[in-house]
Amino acid sequence: MAEIRVRDRWGSRIGVILAVAGSAVGLGNFLRFPGNAAQNGGGAFMLPYFISLLVLGLPMCWAEWTMGRYAGVRGFNSAPAIYTVIWRNRISKYFGSLAILIPLVIYMYYVLIEAWCLGYAINYLTGALMLGPDASEYGTFFGNFVGIEADGALLTEGNRGLLVLLTIVFVCNFVLIYRGVNKGIETFCKIAMPVLIFLGLIVLIRVLTLGTPDPSKPDQSVLGGLGFMWNPQPDRLFDFQTWLAASGQVFFSLSVGFGIIVNYASYLSRDDDLALSGLTSSSMNEFFEVCLGGLITVPAAFIFLGLAAGDFTGSSFALGFQALPNVFAMMPAGQFFGFLWFFMLFVAAITSSVSMLQPVIAFLEEGFGLKRHASAAVLGLLSALGCGFVLYFSKNLVALDMMDFWVGSVALFVLAMIQSFLYAWMFGIKRGHEELHRGAHIRIPWAVQLVMKYVVPVYLLVIFVGFCYQRLPSSDRLEFETPLAQAETLSDGALPEWLQSEFAERELVLPEDATLQAGSYRAADGGWRIVNDQRHLLYRLVPEDGRWAVASRQVGYVESISRNGVALLSMLFISVLFAFVLVLVHIAGRRWEAAGRFDNIPD
Amino acid sequence: MTLTLGGWMVMLLSVGSVLALVSFCLTRVLSLPPIEIEQHLKGPLEIDTRDTSDAD
Repeated sequence: MAEIRVRDRWGSRIGVILAVAGSAVGLGNFLRFPGNAAQNGGGAFMLPYFISLLVLGLPMCWAEWTMGRYAGVRGFNSAPAIYTVIWRNRISKYFGSLAILIPLVIYMYYVLIEAWCLGYAINYLTGALMLGPDASEYGTFFGNFVGIEADGALLTEGNRGLLVLLTIVFVCNFVLIYRGVNKGIETFCKIAMPVLIFLGLIVLIRVLTLGTPDPSKPDQSVLGGLGFMWNPQPDRLFDFQTWLAASGQVFFSLSVGFGIIVNYASYLSRDDDLALSGLTSSSMNEFFEVCLGGLITVPAAFIFLGLAAGDFTGSSFALGFQALPNVFAMMPAGQFFGFLWFFMLFVAAITSSVSMLQPVIAFLEEGFGLKRHASAAVLGLLSALGCGFVLYFSKNLVALDMMDFWVGSVALFVLAMIQSFLYAWMFGIKRGHEELHRGAHIRIPWAVQLVMKYVVPVYLLVIFVGFCYQRLPSSDRLEFETPLAQAETLSDGALPEWLQSEFAERELVLPEDATLQAGSYRAADGGWRIVNDQRHLLYRLVPEDGRWAVASRQVGYVESISRNGVALLSMLFISVLFAFVLVLVHIAGRRWEAAGRFDNIPD
Repeated sequence: MTLTLGGWMVMLLSVGSVLALVSFCLTRVLSLPPIEIEQHLKGPLEIDTRDTSDAD
């Protein structure tokens, strides 16, 4: 006998806004944004940042909300089906496979980072992270905690704490997703987001009332910390890198191109508001990023670490898991605030990770007619496989880094470009404008649609090309210079002591197996290379103007695949998974065609 | 190092703009009448013919 069931729906307007904001708010708001801003011109960073928000972030958000609801009211919730509704073409569903792959792969490593946050919070509760003022202690603790020394380190006896935490976090996510959009995600976000604001405000008040903790260092005060973060360096506005970093920050922060917003918006009703809801969720994300992240992280690090804080701004992990624990160790009541901080990061992370599961669940249910328990079981198995992969290959976090780069960055850009193309050129900006304003509580200017059609694709392409240019190829970075006369003492084989001490002085990493090798940098000049036992280039010594310029090899993501077995294995894993998702999308498409799901869909 | 006049201006302008925007949005959203439950029940229904009930 046929059974009538009501489709999954959001329960309230504020519920969907909090869920979308929760999806966007994550570690990037508290760690990546302040590090990026401090590194790229301080206050000057904010001009390209806000411009990118206006011409890239908000239009892309509205486009995703619009496409999602449009397909949702026609009975579709998964990205492959949504894209087919938007563009009635046989190939459009295959674009949707990226919107399945991206959240699935990001979940595989993000849930591990979530477990780190929970682990750090617990270690603050027990006092195990109050290691004193020595900065190196925190690097060692982090390395041991995440198993950075060797693959499989986290599975050895006596070192399985993170595995237990990961299991707990993993189960929590699946309990929430199993309960559905309304009872699971929405109910959780309605509690978690206010808790997140409350925790953030407490930590903010603590940081802004620190004064000058060490009177012997008057520069290291609250105002000094804010100055380190916010004092503008106007010359940096003429640097392409500043614009690239700001655009990338906005793009990654708002969760556009993940396939999540289109999925969330598909659970809205025909006359639910899109314009105000999209703006509200984006502005809430900005609140966490600018008002909390911008005022807490880097100022706190500067107050206790001084200019050394700048050494950590290039890496979110270094800033969050090494610099800040060092800060909390020196802060009055640091143990309590350390716990609050990492618990806040954990809550921020779980509101994001749970949103990554929903697009995949929706696809499994819609594409294969699976019920919730079956789709959750299939997804649980797939994601556990990936989590296990990242957990096992923990050495130098290579597997995590590869997934983050190729899927969490490159694929994200590709999907965002596909979505902007589908919306502006296939769906049409006139229809998009009308759809966006159905049930809207604010008016969005027509110019936004023109921006969506002509500016966003070009803007995205420029950022993408710039991003790839910076990260894909290998390059050399000048580390130091030394007098050329020293070259007389160079020869093939072990490094001379004077050169080793030059590296040690600058705290440059030099592996024990490093050897010198005569090599030609420029054919006419000659030069030397420092290589490891696998003959991989580590440093170059290039003769320039009577000095040796010593440059380190910055291995790009393409070269890293050939250099590192785990990197190669990670790429294989991603490729096989992508192929598997493509096959699933193909089968689902055949089922939809056979069932006539796309026949007679009203425009 | 201290917070310069330029730093104060950028910080206050950035934080102030975001606070103003989020306040405006939340005020608008929270002052709207709640969505009628009945309206939700009018959402598209799916007829499950049970032909896929053995799929799992």
